[in-house]
Amino acid sequence: MKILTEHIDVPNIDSIDVFMKHGGYSAVTKAIKKMTPDEVTEEVKKSGLRGRGGAGFPVGMKWSFLAKPEGVPRYLVCNADESEPGTFKDHYLMWKSPHTLIEGMIVSSYALGANTSYIYVRGELMYVINILEKAIQEAYDKGLLGKNILGSGYDLDLFVQPGGGAYICGEETALLESLEGKRGNPRNKPPFPAVKGLWQCPTVVNNVESIAATSWIVNNGGDAYAAIGVGRSTGTKLISASGHIKKPGVYEIPLGITVEDFIYSDEWCGGIRDGHKLKAVVAGGSSVPILPAELILTTAAGEKRLMTYESLSDGGFVSGTMLGSGGFVVMDETACIVHNTLTFAKFYHHESCGQCSPCREGTGWMDKVLHRIEHGQGRKEDIDLLVDVAKKIEGNTICPLGDAASWPVAAAIRHFRDEFEWHIEHPELATKPGAVFMRKGASWTK
Amino acid sequence: MKVTIDNITLEVEPGTTIMQAARMIGPEVAPPAMCYYEPLKGSGGKCRACLVKVTAGSEKDPRPMPKLVPACITAVQDGMIVENTVNEDVLETRKGIVEFLLLNHPLDCPVCDQAGECHLQDFSFEHGVSSTRTVEERNTFEPTDLGPNIQLNMNRCILCYRCVYTVDQITDGRVHGVMHRGDHAEISTYIEKAIDNDFSGNVIDVCPVGALTDKTYRFKSRVWFSKPVDAHCECEKCSGKATIWYKGDEVIRVTGRKNMWGEVTDFICNGCRFDKKKTSDWVIEGPTNVSRHSVISANKYGANLIKPAFPVLQAARDYKQINDDRDRSFLGIQPALPKSKKK
Repeated sequence: MKILTEHIDVPNIDSIDVFMKHGGYSAVTKAIKKMTPDEVTEEVKKSGLRGRGGAGFPVGMKWSFLAKPEGVPRYLVCNADESEPGTFKDHYLMWKSPHTLIEGMIVSSYALGANTSYIYVRGELMYVINILEKAIQEAYDKGLLGKNILGSGYDLDLFVQPGGGAYICGEETALLESLEGKRGNPRNKPPFPAVKGLWQCPTVVNNVESIAATSWIVNNGGDAYAAIGVGRSTGTKLISASGHIKKPGVYEIPLGITVEDFIYSDEWCGGIRDGHKLKAVVAGGSSVPILPAELILTTAAGEKRLMTYESLSDGGFVSGTMLGSGGFVVMDETACIVHNTLTFAKFYHHESCGQCSPCREGTGWMDKVLHRIEHGQGRKEDIDLLVDVAKKIEGNTICPLGDAASWPVAAAIRHFRDEFEWHIEHPELATKPGAVFMRKGASWTK
Repeated sequence: MKVTIDNITLEVEPGTTIMQAARMIGPEVAPPAMCYYEPLKGSGGKCRACLVKVTAGSEKDPRPMPKLVPACITAVQDGMIVENTVNEDVLETRKGIVEFLLLNHPLDCPVCDQAGECHLQDFSFEHGVSSTRTVEERNTFEPTDLGPNIQLNMNRCILCYRCVYTVDQITDGRVHGVMHRGDHAEISTYIEKAIDNDFSGNVIDVCPVGALTDKTYRFKSRVWFSKPVDAHCECEKCSGKATIWYKGDEVIRVTGRKNMWGEVTDFICNGCRFDKKKTSDWVIEGPTNVSRHSVISANKYGANLIKPAFPVLQAARDYKQINDDRDRSFLGIQPALPKSKKK
């Protein structure tokens, strides 16, 4: 079942004529000519579509929170500042099929009553920005954007804004600050963007994938979308699979397939590379807790883990993780967890905006301590120190970057403490190039 | 609106923040504030020193809030119950915040002009722990001059953004801001330009630490050797209400008048601050009532008003680990250790 990537391999799908030949922009016609904005919102609510950027908040509900005072403009902002290590799905979608996003933007803006909408794209993706600009121009030429769209009286202007290359600008309020031309520091909440967002006006910020999915929902109805998936995880999800697998890439999966299937079946990742065994998986982008092989395939209760929001978070942070943004990083037994944790910590240290003290100082501290452990200068008390620092950052910061920085460190120590201890107790072994700790009796130990 | 903070209930106006309500009760209950500065619009929410636990959100919705909330920017709801000094989680988190703020802060208090009136000193003394867990090297910066009268020592900065708000709000033109990100972020004027404005000196007053210091006063005296006196003068630019600091008969510095929370209410101009260093420039009103900085008022005006309750308790706590049988009854608390086995 493919929704977003159905026609992605068609040659020249990035041109509007080819896109329309394959049914493109039919949702715009249907929504604007036959439906009221509230009906579109209602369909999206019915579909159970959840935010694909990481937090998984229901899109329909987010839309219904939008304040609608008289005489104040409303904005839709598409968050295309995809920078989470391990996640590259939005990039792929915008690059291959920009009109899928633009169609969704028109439908969503119509539902929200926004006359100006923005796509905030990560600055490093300059060529994607050019592709989007070209696609938007084509849509203007066809009368799908601009004044009086399809003769309905509804106006919409769509702008692409390149970011300056900061991970923090993927946080919605930092994104809005950046879009306003200021330093990308997250705002204190409340007020939430639905009440005071861009230029202090009500604003909805959605991920690329969430917005792109709305046009299919308008075409086929919310119930049809809700029929895909399991429980409250409806529809399909783009997963960016990377690491030690045979077929890395972006896959659109119906939510609800088992993790085991996803890793080992030939339809998706194709299994672990030859001669190696699965050691650990980071299931939803660098910020979610890492899980060892036995816990990612089955839950602590012994059930098979599914690719859904609920199943992946089963067991909380003790034995579970999160679906997050779908950055699925697979590691085999040659991967050193300490080194991997250091890489993540370094990233968050580099990307912390420096506004609130726990995140500014804590991320740097964790990075430095992990750096010492990795380079053979760890002390015994460092492991508990890391756990304590992570605990003191988590939940005490302005935006979720603090949580995102502390979760991978805390989880790596929770599940791979013996590996950290080995690094500290045997620095002469651990600092040898390519040396990896092998846990006795673990499923990945040869 | 009714709000309960640390089991003390009071009535407040709608729109009051938890911090303002707590300050109405008094300094025993008020959460510490390192970045929040009431006269500056938009300040607060950054240092996380004032995180408190809300055990009941409001009368209508009495569920506790899942996370600790910053008291300085969270508005009270009717029937809200807040725990500050009585909540273990809050105190534990605050220890962590002190630790974070000190992580890259140099321990150069002995040569720092702010020592004695430093909010970070007070904060770490009241809420921190006496030992350190870090062995990492601190981030360092070179001191720079922002104009002829102000020096920036970025090593000491805790990035509270108060000076940024001050320059934004009381002077024209935006020349002063934060560059870079994370723990390598630094306060800077645009490419080290001087802040050229008549009210620029106020950044010294709002700085909670010794990052922005007065060059006309640097290394002249420790604050506890000088006597603050309220005075005013005729000034065309500002209200002329200031505090002047004497060492002997000499006026060694002029600052804005601070309230009990260390906040300047009347910002003064650079003329008053840097140039009027003679008693004849001023009309003396009387000694400044110093309530916040214990060490300034200590041993002056005939009485030592500060009861060193906390240091005595701390000394007793550390003292008890020495296992001996000396009489400790003068400390006012009972030793927790068992008696020595020798007896």
